[in-house]
Amino acid sequence: MRQIYLDNAATTPLLPEVRDEVIRSLTEDFGNPSSLHRLGLQSERRIKDSRNSIAQLINVSVDSVIFTSGGTEANNLALLGTTRARRRYGNHCITTQIEHSSVLNTFSYLESEGWDVSYLPVDNQGVVDLKDLENAIREDTVLVSIGHVNSEIGAIQPISRIGQFLKANYPDVIFHSDAVQSLGRISLKPVDWGIDLLSASGHKVHAPKGIGILYVKKGTPLITLQWGGGQEMGIRSGTENLTGIVGFGKAAQLIYQFMDREEDKISKMKMALVKGISETVPDAVINGPNPYEGAPHILNISIPGIRGETLLHVLESHGVYVSTGSACSSRRTKISHVLEAIGAPIQIAEGAIRLSLSYMNDLEEILLVPDILRKSVDQVKRFTRR
Amino acid sequence: MEKLILVRYGEIYLKGQNRPFFERTLVDNIKKVLGNYDKAKVFKSQGRIYIEEIPVERAALDALSKVFGIIGINPAWKTKKDLEYIKNMLKVIVEDALEKTTGENPTFKVESRRADKTFPMGSMDLNRDMGAFILQNFPQLKVDVHNPDIRINLEIREHAYAYHENIPGAGGMPVGTNGKTTLLLSGGIDSPVAGWMIAKRGVRLTAVHYHSFPYTSDKAKEKVIDLCRLLTHYCGPIRLHVVPFTEIQQELYEKCPDGLLTVLMRRFMMKIAEIIAIKDGAQALITGESIGQVASQTLEALASTDDAVSLPVFRPLIGMDKKEIVEIAEKINTYETSILPYEDCCTVFVPRHPVTKPKLDRVRQAETLVDGEALIERALEGVEVYEL
Repeated sequence: MRQIYLDNAATTPLLPEVRDEVIRSLTEDFGNPSSLHRLGLQSERRIKDSRNSIAQLINVSVDSVIFTSGGTEANNLALLGTTRARRRYGNHCITTQIEHSSVLNTFSYLESEGWDVSYLPVDNQGVVDLKDLENAIREDTVLVSIGHVNSEIGAIQPISRIGQFLKANYPDVIFHSDAVQSLGRISLKPVDWGIDLLSASGHKVHAPKGIGILYVKKGTPLITLQWGGGQEMGIRSGTENLTGIVGFGKAAQLIYQFMDREEDKISKMKMALVKGISETVPDAVINGPNPYEGAPHILNISIPGIRGETLLHVLESHGVYVSTGSACSSRRTKISHVLEAIGAPIQIAEGAIRLSLSYMNDLEEILLVPDILRKSVDQVKRFTRR
Repeated sequence: MEKLILVRYGEIYLKGQNRPFFERTLVDNIKKVLGNYDKAKVFKSQGRIYIEEIPVERAALDALSKVFGIIGINPAWKTKKDLEYIKNMLKVIVEDALEKTTGENPTFKVESRRADKTFPMGSMDLNRDMGAFILQNFPQLKVDVHNPDIRINLEIREHAYAYHENIPGAGGMPVGTNGKTTLLLSGGIDSPVAGWMIAKRGVRLTAVHYHSFPYTSDKAKEKVIDLCRLLTHYCGPIRLHVVPFTEIQQELYEKCPDGLLTVLMRRFMMKIAEIIAIKDGAQALITGESIGQVASQTLEALASTDDAVSLPVFRPLIGMDKKEIVEIAEKINTYETSILPYEDCCTVFVPRHPVTKPKLDRVRQAETLVDGEALIERALEGVEVYEL
């Protein structure tokens, strides 16, 4: 049976070149980058190269890229580090209702520490209104954190407009964006967009798990959460995860080339999927943004009357891997906060599944999916609760 | 002088002729849970089990505290049967006891037993002389013969043994001394507790779980495997049979009256479990049912499920409240795993209005609407077996 992996928003398989590079690095680059001898120097060079590739991919200067253990740590560092540094200047932060749990839970911790947090609503497409931001902002606002692409429905926030608005009117407010889902799929220009802090993760772009970055614009006030040997410009101490960094660097380098060459490969596959599903499974409903407007790699659909988890397992038995809502939250039998925020009715929200693509899918396999979905839906529908 | 662990066992004293068999089984079970300590020597002598050449550490004591048939565990010291040696040993023990005792002026008592009657001093003399010796050396201590903070036991046997700590054992009887039964394990809170209670009476377990992929995820199966592993700490090795159940549920759903689905499903579960039990050499079935907990646990429904099989069905939780069951689940460490929220097969094909008082003849009649034998045969062909 052909295996079709459509859970790329949860994580992606390694690109073969990345895997080879990681294996090479595991064997050869064992020196501690802080060591003064030749082996240490070699490791340090690898890190420098990787940092370069990533800086190039996100259009920033090389000394503003800080390696972390992943997206969650990058988000924690951004939110906790800036609020600590800005404690004396204010008491208010702004975010949205549809952020990743690593942002929402960090803010709820900050609330318990006395911070005031505004959660902006989104429309039925999952997009915030700039006016709501303007109304929410206060004299004591120190931080705005708005994710770029939502991981569950693929809604894209107008972060360049938000960033430019903030820089023009509130230059002291720090602007953070979680770009874990957009890295490598949408080209990022944090400098032009007025972004101070930007989080990204390796394993969403075919690098290993356990490596991420925080872009920190020069001069952004940020207090480290982790004290030690002063690695990563003192912002993130600890001996570097060299294999992760090397893998991330290689992936960034390759994706930088893909993005030029195969700019619309992913969105073409998504459109084929949308077209195929609307013809073959006409009762399917798309959740979130219009497919042309949302992220190129995420499609969230529901079949009314069917539970997402059951459909997920039937699809799995036919070799197609998807997820329900966000993979991180599927352990809880709880309606997704994102679908709730876009006003999806409960029957729709319970049935939501997410199909997400990457460069490693191909059109040929994507064209098989609508029929497999039809077959699976029929199989589940025969036995639903009377 | 060296450290060792003394194990005291209880109920098996009562077993007259069977006593050597019970003791042998207990020694074997102890050896099994101490498998990681390959140098440890486990042997019995004069109504005690001795574990020597083992580090007396938390992990070893924890493992022992889960072995059925043990009533008490004592981290102990042993030395030569010579008064000077014994006094040195007592010093070490009192120091150890003082480290573990809080309070300003702790009280103590020496309780001696002279099993070796060739030893020149009697137990009363030992109590008095050793007590005096301790008082001399530890002036902060006081004697209290009724309710002491520190109770020092001194036993004169092949060697002189002493201990002050008594860790309660799990009680019950050694697993393997009372036959074998088959546990229907759903993955909820109740069934692991039911299995634990029967195993406590010395009964070996095998387990059956019904899996309804794709209506339940493979994570639900993983969870049942984890639960079984947790039970093995008490019950010894368990053979788990995972039975594919989807087809049976679908057939019942399409062909039988909606209100009877649950009771019919449970009858199939019992029948399949019985076949597996007999193949495994088990002599009874165990379920986690308690009266009235859900619609399938009314007296009528229980009678309907009993009717499906001829092996005895044990329901050790039958008269317990949920709260009492949860307390045991927490004690035996299965609760946290049990409450992980994966859909289990009982929640998928649940009728909106289950018949709470099913009439037996109607149930039997409804069952004829499907080809039960063929369904059971196919389910048995798909069984996965895990030796845990």
